[in-house]
Amino acid sequence: MTLQTELQNEAPSKLSVQHVSKHFRSRGRAVHALDDISLEVSEGEFVCLVGPSGCGKSTLLNIVAGLDHADSGRVVADGAPVTAPGRDRMMMFQESALFPWLDVLDNVLFGLKLKPNLSRPERLEVARFYLSLVGLEKFQRAAVHELSGGMKQRVALARALAPNPRVLLMDEPFAALDALTREQLYGDLQDIWRKRKKTILFVTHNVREAACLGDRVILFSPHPGRIREQFKIDLPRPRDINSVDLARHSTAITAALKNYAIREEVQVAE
Amino acid sequence: MKRTLKALLFFAGLILVWQGLYLKHLWSPVLLPSPVSVGEYLWSVARDGSLASATVVTLRRLLIGYGCGLVIGLPLGLLTARFNVLNDTLGLLALGLQTMPSVCWVPLALLWFGQSEAAMLFVVVMGTLWSVIIATDNGVRNVPPIFARAARTMGSRGLHTWLRVMLPAALPFIVSGMKQGWAFAWRSLMAAEIFVTILSGFGLGQLLHYGRELNAMDQVVGIMLVLLVIGLIADKILFSPWEHFLRRRWGMAK
Repeated sequence: MTLQTELQNEAPSKLSVQHVSKHFRSRGRAVHALDDISLEVSEGEFVCLVGPSGCGKSTLLNIVAGLDHADSGRVVADGAPVTAPGRDRMMMFQESALFPWLDVLDNVLFGLKLKPNLSRPERLEVARFYLSLVGLEKFQRAAVHELSGGMKQRVALARALAPNPRVLLMDEPFAALDALTREQLYGDLQDIWRKRKKTILFVTHNVREAACLGDRVILFSPHPGRIREQFKIDLPRPRDINSVDLARHSTAITAALKNYAIREEVQVAE
Repeated sequence: MKRTLKALLFFAGLILVWQGLYLKHLWSPVLLPSPVSVGEYLWSVARDGSLASATVVTLRRLLIGYGCGLVIGLPLGLLTARFNVLNDTLGLLALGLQTMPSVCWVPLALLWFGQSEAAMLFVVVMGTLWSVIIATDNGVRNVPPIFARAARTMGSRGLHTWLRVMLPAALPFIVSGMKQGWAFAWRSLMAAEIFVTILSGFGLGQLLHYGRELNAMDQVVGIMLVLLVIGLIADKILFSPWEHFLRRRWGMAK
């Protein structure tokens, strides 16, 4: 594989979640995390999963990543069933999960070193390319603890993009950041996604964030985790989180979310 | 530099107070000799070379024993952290033996190995091994699970994950465990040298022991001072650079 093909964007993947159910035990209680979830994500689509905590959206992401297994049903990426983690599906977590014993560049190189058929200079060039894509080319040799929260997530994004996956799985990647940093990253993520088209599954409990980033927003409800509603966001990009049009969408989603939350409470009361 | 100066002043002051109190004849010189006579003793053994040779003998035993303890203990600690079955068995044994004073191994060591280097080595290894196992195990258990998960998504598996993720992530704990192991090895060796009389080498512990037999407290106190200095130097040479590196890279506020 040459450097040219390596730096070319891999074609985004088509994801298909088919009748996935998942139970697990938490503090001695059985939790029905996912109940018969089916979801089609088209190539290069940006899909946000929204819902209250405990609705299983992160569990679904882990199953798509191959880090967790479904009790029944299956996930198909590009026609091949997912059984284990793979380089075609990279994941970003709420905590950056960067390795503190490596500097910024070596963190980005970690996944590249595990990718066969890349020479050392090629790996370096790829890592530097993605670091400059997230605007951190000047921080190659910085230690992880010297970075701010937002910078850490940028490095984590570069690390996830570097092996050139077709699917990017993001588990509340901006939840721990301050509002200003977050807004900056919304813009940057849209920009990066435009340049490096990936199929993205993005988990969040922030409705505005979902409306700002997603082509489609999927609403989950808990106990058991189910898909309730889908919203198509057909606003032009790049989108501004503070725009009025976007607020209209997020208001509708929030209303639906509240509706299910109230129904849930009534059910519990009964 | 300023800190070194402060430390030097402190120790000089301590010796001055000791000498001052000694000159007041508050206690019999048999109980605690003056710093001057301790100094004279140290000077004499330094000149005839017996201090240097005893130090070499002791340090060689210490390094070999400590090295064996690490080489056996680190992998065992990784194994107890990885396999629950080992943790419930070997881990429990290590926990129990770690708290046991290593001097308790001396009678068995003498019976099994006689008055030999092997007996000495055995006591030191028994003193080191268990705390290294416990520290390594503890270090690996304290690694945030997200590191291993992140590594798995990037294609890391099995041995690669252990060597490139778990081991470096646990390093801060392992280093503090190695430091503790070093202290245990040092104590064990002194116990062994005091109790095991052998002809294959005359160590610092034996010098201390004969000082006691001869009621030569200048010798006892002198050797104790040497032990203190060796302990300090070992810490500064062996562990300070590591800890400094860990603080800089991991960014731990200690």
